[in-house]
Amino acid sequence: MKNNNVIEVENLTKKFGDFTAVNSITFEVKKGEIFGFLGANGAGKTTAMKMLIGISKPTSGKAQVAGFNVFTQPEDIKKNIGYMSQKFALYDDLTVKENITFFGGIYGLSRAKIKEKRSELVEELGLGDIVNELVGSLPLGWKQKISFSIALLHSPTIVFLDEPTGGVDPITRRQFWEMIYKSANSGTTIFVTTHYMDEAEYCDRVSIMVDGKIEALDTPKKLKEHYKADNMNEVFLKLARG
Amino acid sequence: MLPIIFVLPILQLVILSNAATFEIKNIKFSYVDHDKTSFSRALIEKFDASTYFNVVAEFPSKKEANAAMAKGKVDVILEIPRYFERDLLKQKNTDISVAINAIDGAAAGVENVYINQIVQDFNKKSKVALSSPTDMVNAPKDIVTIPSFWYNKTLNYKTFMVPGILVLLVTMITLFLSGMNIVREKEIGTLEQMNVTPIKKYQFIIGKLFPFWILGFVLLTVGLTIAKVIFDVPIIGSLGLIYFYTAFYLLVVLGMGLFISNFTDTQQQAMFISWFFVVIFILMSGLFTPIESMPMWAQYVTEFNPVKYFVQVTRMVMLKGAHFNDILPQLTKTIIYAIIMNGLAVWSYQKTT
Repeated sequence: MKNNNVIEVENLTKKFGDFTAVNSITFEVKKGEIFGFLGANGAGKTTAMKMLIGISKPTSGKAQVAGFNVFTQPEDIKKNIGYMSQKFALYDDLTVKENITFFGGIYGLSRAKIKEKRSELVEELGLGDIVNELVGSLPLGWKQKISFSIALLHSPTIVFLDEPTGGVDPITRRQFWEMIYKSANSGTTIFVTTHYMDEAEYCDRVSIMVDGKIEALDTPKKLKEHYKADNMNEVFLKLARG
Repeated sequence: MLPIIFVLPILQLVILSNAATFEIKNIKFSYVDHDKTSFSRALIEKFDASTYFNVVAEFPSKKEANAAMAKGKVDVILEIPRYFERDLLKQKNTDISVAINAIDGAAAGVENVYINQIVQDFNKKSKVALSSPTDMVNAPKDIVTIPSFWYNKTLNYKTFMVPGILVLLVTMITLFLSGMNIVREKEIGTLEQMNVTPIKKYQFIIGKLFPFWILGFVLLTVGLTIAKVIFDVPIIGSLGLIYFYTAFYLLVVLGMGLFISNFTDTQQQAMFISWFFVVIFILMSGLFTPIESMPMWAQYVTEFNPVKYFVQVTRMVMLKGAHFNDILPQLTKTIIYAIIMNGLAVWSYQKTT
C-alpha cells in the first residue's frame, strides 16, 4: 500500500448476470480526506460502496480498504470501518442508550469504554434525556446524527456514509456536515455518497459515476474549471447528460 | 406482541383440547319399524338408552326417512323388517338395515361401531332369553374380549390430546417467530447494518436463537401447567426429562425457522413457507391420525417430522412414565436433526453476497 492511501481501487467490477453495475472503476482515497462519491440514481454508487464495505463480492478487479483486501479479508475490513446506510438502521425498539451499548459490544469495546463513549456522545450531541427514549420515537434528524455517532463509536479508520442527509432539513444537514468535518479533522476518512450538489462542494475531492463508470474525479474547484461551470450542479448535469 | 404470544396459544390449548375429540355423541338417530313388536321396540329402546344416540324421529316408510337424511335432519336410519320378532323366535337369521350419513367418513365409521355394539348386545341378550335351559348347557360359550386400556384407563381423549396440542403450539409459535425474525431485519435494513459489523456468523445466529429458545420453554411451562390444572392430565414421568428433550427439540425448530428466513426476502414469503411445513408436520405427526395406518411412503416421510418425535416423547413421558432410555431413539434423531438444521442456518446466512 502506497504512503497514506486508505482506499485503493483498481478496475473494480461488479456484474449481475449480463448487467454490469460497476464497470472497472479505479481511484484512491487518502487518509483524513472527505471523499464525495456522486452519481445519479442507479449509476452504481451503492453497489460500489457495498463492495468496499465487504458485504458484496466484486466480480473482478482489485481493492484494498484500510489495508485489507476486499476479496479475502472482508471481516478485517469490517473491524476498521463505520457504515451508515440510506435506510436508518439502528434498532427502533431499543433506546438510544441501548443501541450505543449494543453496537459498542458488537465492535468489542469494553464496558468502561462504552460508558465513556456514551457520555461523550450525550455531551456532544446534547442528547440529555433523549438517551433513554426509544430510537423509533425520535425525529429523523436526530436519528441520523445518532446513527453517525454510532458509526464512529469504535474509532474506525474510514466511515462510509450512504446518502446520510436524505430527507433531512437544511439546518440538520448543516449540523451534520459540521460533524463530518469534525471527525475528518481528527483523522477519520469520510467516504460519502450524496444527491445534494451543494454538499459535493464541501468535499475535498469528488468522483462522479455515470452508468457504472467514474467519469470525473478531482477537487470540486478543478472540476468546475474543467467543465466551465459555476457550481457542482452544472458539472453534474453536464456529465450525467453526456 | 408479548401478550399475544402467550394469550393466543393458551386460548388455543383450552379450546382445542375440549373440541378436538374423536368421540361422537348426540348422533341423530331415526328408525323405520315395519314390525312393531316388543322385540323391535326393545331394540330401539336400547338405542334410546345409549348416551351416543338421540332418537329424533320415527318414519312410517323408508322413503320419508331418506328424505330426512337428505335434508340433514338425521344421521342414522335403522330399518327393522317385518317378521323381525317372528324370525328371531324361530331362531332364524334376520337382517336389519342401517343407513349412515357418511359425509364425514371418520365419524360414520365410529357410528357404525357403536351401532354394531348395541345390536350385538341385543342379539346376545335375546338369545339368552329365547334359549331353553337345556340348550344353555350345551350351547357353545361365546368368546368375550375384556379390553383393559393401559396408560389411559378411561380412554379419556383429553389425556391423549392435550400433550399433543401443547407440542403443536410450542412448535408453531417458535417456528413462526424465528422464521420471521431475520426477514424482518432484512426489511427494516438493520440486517445490512449487522453485516457491516465484524460480528461472527455463529454469534449472530446464537443471538437470534436464544430469546426464542427461552420463549419456547416458557410456553411449554405455561402449557404443562394448564394441562395439569385445567385438564388434570397425568404427568407420570419426569418433567425434567421433558424439558431436557425440549431443549434439543426447540433447536431443531428454531434452526429451521432461521434457515427459512435466510432464503426469503419478505415476511410474507417466510410466513407462507413456515405454514407449508407446519401443516405437513401437524397432519403427519401421528397426533390426529395414527402413523401406522399411513401408506408406507408417508411413514418414511414422517421420519423427517420433528413434531412426531416431540408428540411421542411427551405422550410417553407424561402418560407412561418413560425413562431416559425409552426416549433415546427419539432423542438421538432430534439431536442429529438439530445439528443439521443449525448447521444449515449458519451456512446459509451470508454476510457477504
